Amino acid sequence: MTALEPRPTALPVPEMSDRALRFASDEETGPTGDDPGTRRGGHAGRSRGRRLAWQISVGALLLFFSVLFIYPFVWLLSASFKPRGEVFDNRLIPKTFTFDNYLTVWEQAPMAAWLVNTVIVTVLATVTVTMSSAMVAWGFAYFRFKGRNALFGLVLGTMMLPGAVTMIPTFLIWNALGQVGTLTPLWAGNLFGSAFYIFLLRQFFLGLPRELFDAAKVDGANNWTIFWRVALPLCRPALVVTFLFEFQASWTDLMRSLIYLRDAADFTVPRGLKSLLDRYGFGGEWHWEIVVTASVITTIPVIILFFIGQKQFVAGIATTGSKG
Amino acid sequence: MSTTAARGSHPAAVAAGDDIPVNRRRRSEVWPALAFISPWIVGFGIFTLWPVIYSGYLSLTDYDVINPPSFVGLANYEQLWNDPKIALSLKNTLYYTVLSVPLHLVGALFLALLLNQAGRATGFFRTAFFLPKMTPPVAVGVLLLLLLNGQSGVLNEVLGWFGVDGPSWTTDPSWVKPGLILMSMWTIGSTVIIILAALRDVPQELHDAAMVDGAGPWQRTWRITIPMISPTLFFVLIVNTISAFQMFTEAYTAYFGSGNSTYSNDAALFYVVYLFRQGFEFLYMGYASAMAWVLFVIIMAVTAIQFWGSRKFVFYQGDQR
Repeated sequence: MTALEPRPTALPVPEMSDRALRFASDEETGPTGDDPGTRRGGHAGRSRGRRLAWQISVGALLLFFSVLFIYPFVWLLSASFKPRGEVFDNRLIPKTFTFDNYLTVWEQAPMAAWLVNTVIVTVLATVTVTMSSAMVAWGFAYFRFKGRNALFGLVLGTMMLPGAVTMIPTFLIWNALGQVGTLTPLWAGNLFGSAFYIFLLRQFFLGLPRELFDAAKVDGANNWTIFWRVALPLCRPALVVTFLFEFQASWTDLMRSLIYLRDAADFTVPRGLKSLLDRYGFGGEWHWEIVVTASVITTIPVIILFFIGQKQFVAGIATTGSKG
Repeated sequence: MSTTAARGSHPAAVAAGDDIPVNRRRRSEVWPALAFISPWIVGFGIFTLWPVIYSGYLSLTDYDVINPPSFVGLANYEQLWNDPKIALSLKNTLYYTVLSVPLHLVGALFLALLLNQAGRATGFFRTAFFLPKMTPPVAVGVLLLLLLNGQSGVLNEVLGWFGVDGPSWTTDPSWVKPGLILMSMWTIGSTVIIILAALRDVPQELHDAAMVDGAGPWQRTWRITIPMISPTLFFVLIVNTISAFQMFTEAYTAYFGSGNSTYSNDAALFYVVYLFRQGFEFLYMGYASAMAWVLFVIIMAVTAIQFWGSRKFVFYQGDQR
């Protein structure tokens, strides 16, 4: 997988804070992000009217697709405020507005415990993976040693391995440690870094001017101080991206909670939602209003997260592709 | 991947290759480097290397977690070959992959090209497109059951406006997979963003030059934009194929009951779903390990074929590959 070779930049600017974050900020100032009517689409010989028609049709199409993408959220949210009989009436504004579903979910399921469990897992998973990946990334970015590129290739190679191959022995490890049925297996693997984040953070570290660290070294800073006091603070944008990605990943993960969690009280929210679906959905009692409401509760936190870190999310994903 | 070190911005990083003679200063850097890398080395040993080896061993045994594994040779692989559910799950997985991956690619390219024309409103639309990707896959599975419900789902209601009698997306075996694919299109957002980022990197000079030469918008899209972003399209193709082969959560959520209510739907029996059930519901861990290895080999083979096939179609700028 050879990366898109970027045009050389004059300044040793960190990759993500520069190109990707510029990409992520909405008011595009980049060379190609301008109005189609002015430069890019200034098709020679085209009349003003045709340009306008083009713009309007692009806008209309974009609006149409946006509605398509947003609609399921609105449907879900509004269904969660409908009584049982009206869930499927496909109205966006409930005929009968009720808050009962939320109370029912709270009573029928240990929702509070699920939320607490998920918060615990998510916080531990994100903090540990961010720290450990940053350390490892720094090891690969700053120091020079024989075999470094080969070792880093191995890091990247692990991303190709399907999770199914390691799934069962990993389960056996946690089983042998007596951790099945606890929350530990859902996050503790993150203590050792994760290939994708190591890659992301290494890219960022490589973009930082080395003179800074050499200066710190001359001032008598040891390796840990250089990392902790100098490099890490400079690397904040990439740390934020790592944090956000992992937050989303561990909040929404179902498979691991299916494998490791046994008692309903220990469930995470996605696992809980699955159990509610089994009880009240298809195979169960057809109380879809409960399933719908639990889905809203499961989804809301990540949506909020997205609106907080939207810029970083978009920048992070943009970086993923161009470095492939 | 080697280009990642040669970012141009950092000569020191470029120089640090394997073939540089190891001088004294460098030698002293090995230990601190290993100290920083050690978490990954430990984790790799425990959670990757050992599991890979051990699952290879388990695939040659019968193992139910309670009794110690008993060696059975290649019996699991033999059974796998004759298991009709394996054939079925492979067929389902291929069906899903072959349809969903190209649809995602074309759909995302289309949306990214549109977004690239959006001017100042890009941010709003990009948010709208990306938001579904944030949704937990479990919730996507639930939404699938709700929106694509045969009797009262909104999709069939809309189809009804046009006089189309929509199928039973969630119950009719021949429509279950199309329904899953349709629903998966909802989470196309991250692919759109990756492609959009690549579009933004296409030098404007190329477009200007082509315009001077009289190329119209279609020609410029096909002759300049698409070749210029072909490495990204290829990247997306590889990544999406690998993840389509491992389709699990949405299908499992919607069509496989766990706990007290057990139900299942053969039309949604994807390979990893079947593997998961064999391993963790029926506790045939040896058999599941054999399945995992077969999946690994299939994915490697498909990826290799894609790399081989890409040589003609992927254009690497300034990189004679």
